[in-house]
Amino acid sequence: MSLLELDGLKVHFPIRKGILFDRVVGHVYAVDGVSLKVEAGQTYGLVGESGCGKTTLGRAVLRLTGITSGEVVFDGTDLAGLDDEAMRRFRRRLQMVFQDPLGSLNPRQNIESILAEGMAAHGIGADREERREKIKEILARVGLPADALNRYPHEFSGGQRQRIGIARALVLEPDVIICDEPVSALDVSIQAQVINLLEELQESLGLTYLVIAHDLAVVRHISDVIGVMYLGSLVEEAPSDALYAAPRHPYTKALMSAVPVPDPDLEDRRERILLHGDLPSPANPPAGCRFHTRCPWVQDTLCATDRPELTDTGDGHRVACHWTAGIEAGTLVRTRATGIEAVTETAAVAEEPEAADAGPAPDLVSGPEPPAPVPGVPAPAAEADPKLPVPGVLGGAPAPGPAGAPGAPPPAGPGEAAEGGHGRTTGGAGQPAADRG
Amino acid sequence: MPLLSVDELTVTFGGRDRRPSTAVDGVSFTVGQGQVVGLVGESGCGKSVTSLALMGLLPAKGVTVGGRADFDGTDLLTLSPARMRDLRGRELAMIFQDPLSSLNPVVPIGLQVTEILRRHRGLKGEPARKEAAQLLDRVGIPDPGRRLKEYPHQLSGGMRQRALIAMAVACAPRLLIADEPTTALDVTIQAQILELLRELVDQEGTALLMITHDLGVVAGLCDQVNVLYAGKAVETAGRRELFGHPTHPYAHGLLGSIPRLDAPRGEPLHPIRGSINDKIAWADGCAFAPRCDHYTLECLTGTPELTEPRAAGHRVRCVNPVLPAVPPTAEVPA
Repeated sequence: MSLLELDGLKVHFPIRKGILFDRVVGHVYAVDGVSLKVEAGQTYGLVGESGCGKTTLGRAVLRLTGITSGEVVFDGTDLAGLDDEAMRRFRRRLQMVFQDPLGSLNPRQNIESILAEGMAAHGIGADREERREKIKEILARVGLPADALNRYPHEFSGGQRQRIGIARALVLEPDVIICDEPVSALDVSIQAQVINLLEELQESLGLTYLVIAHDLAVVRHISDVIGVMYLGSLVEEAPSDALYAAPRHPYTKALMSAVPVPDPDLEDRRERILLHGDLPSPANPPAGCRFHTRCPWVQDTLCATDRPELTDTGDGHRVACHWTAGIEAGTLVRTRATGIEAVTETAAVAEEPEAADAGPAPDLVSGPEPPAPVPGVPAPAAEADPKLPVPGVLGGAPAPGPAGAPGAPPPAGPGEAAEGGHGRTTGGAGQPAADRG
Repeated sequence: MPLLSVDELTVTFGGRDRRPSTAVDGVSFTVGQGQVVGLVGESGCGKSVTSLALMGLLPAKGVTVGGRADFDGTDLLTLSPARMRDLRGRELAMIFQDPLSSLNPVVPIGLQVTEILRRHRGLKGEPARKEAAQLLDRVGIPDPGRRLKEYPHQLSGGMRQRALIAMAVACAPRLLIADEPTTALDVTIQAQILELLRELVDQEGTALLMITHDLGVVAGLCDQVNVLYAGKAVETAGRRELFGHPTHPYAHGLLGSIPRLDAPRGEPLHPIRGSINDKIAWADGCAFAPRCDHYTLECLTGTPELTEPRAAGHRVRCVNPVLPAVPPTAEVPA
């Protein structure tokens, strides 16, 4: 039994419109069905780019944000079903460290008052003296001087403030600490101090962490298991080393290849997988696989129509992709360029996901043909794989153009953009970058 | 002859009523055509102020700028505002960190791009619009015709940064200064923007001055790197030399404190102790001494000079540099 288990967690924010009558015109699907397990004493790292829902997920675990559906089981209790008072009592055991150390500390309270407030609320320590002793002990533990008690947040540097944030969580003797971007506001040399502190505390106090961050290198450094999020759901989960050694989901591959490494030789050598365009809006996620609008390996079947489930693919990897086996075996060919063409070629027309139901889906290509594999069970694809792809896709592979598979979806008409950001290029057809004279 | 050669640039803020504070304290470097030079350091090291001084964007009052910045024979620091305006946008251009606040929120993108074309290339009306669309297309903005009519808030962060790059390269500048161009962006978008800059340098021979705190970005992009600390360059070297043999304790410490994607899990980080607030004035000694593991009393006897303790062209400002136990095999005359 894991200490913390999320099962089908969904957090949808309603989009409201109207002055007199409050109408809900849609939802932002911030977290859309995430299931994961955090083992006691371990660190689970959640990575993803801005807007993928990782922060919302962290807040939902503490119920700082309402849960739409799904379960958050902590030590055998479903937090989603608790009333407010019971939840308040549970929060002693689940604490949070926030990104912005200055913004999350009250500037008018001194450090003792900030740290004692939570203790008083949860009835820790009989009186002020006892609490003060405890606070002094914790301050020493996080590497702050004892005279910090009577000082105010503005008197500390960024790294020290983050230590205060950690101390505030620690005084309540929690089991789980959710760290939301714990080091991203800090300078590099200070980041390392805070990361080391978090690791020391875990070792000496047996803490369990859920670390939420956008920096893959930081997450890889401190996590035992890493989950990669894209547009509200997990696309891949694996032990830290396995994920780095062999990322399997196309998004993870692209993400890994995009992280700069401070090693010139490695930087020159390794292949970068550049993605087309930007993240689609979570209010309007693409149908089928959420990543199919940018995926370099997108296929004509399944991708645009069926949402892949997170499936165990061995070695502790769980991957949400219909074509994992084919991509691993190298039998699937990239259908989009991943080099500089991905950036400079704007190809024909931007495609908008609003049209998803009407179809940027390549219905002209394989619409009438019922897909062979059972939706949601991509595992059988492993054996059938070499046969599965539409011949057009495979056939176009070694063609002179870097990508330009003939089977690539035809450009849909220019949609009305609700918001910039989800324009993307189709195909990768050999149209050279327009050079200026 | 390098395109830009900065010599002993000094920028001091404050004046009569305030205690003067020196943000840039005698920084010298050169940028050649088609070369990418990095200025790296943490917040408060003076990297951004250096770029603002070069572009003539520092406020006229309350700032003292000293030294020389020779750009193809003209000293940028003493140019008249009118001459500077003429040069800026045409010969030198800059990309800023935050694309939203460096675009005018109430003016459509198209008008902001054509403004430059009108000012420096004399293009107007339809030809200007066409050229603007082509510029946006070149930096990978899909459907440029529509985007030109949109306002900055309608574009995503990555697209705004592209629009800024399009504006910066509109007149094919010879020097491009990029101040943390990818810090506000997600990592996959960062990769797109860096690739775009790389292509610009390769194809057009633009000189690029890259200002960043991210050593990973530097490793993949810069030919020559200057590490700044408290307003002074503490180490200058080619990127392979710098990353292979970081010799100043600060550069060494920075590299030791970054978690690396390719490092085995469990490998401990070696942070630099203290923070930038623990520094002493360069006049009294090495500003980094209070945080340094190698420091001796010698560090407190005046400003250390840039020397070449390891290899030619690898300059280090330290009296106790981090050198390997066995020195590199030097050519010993027989």
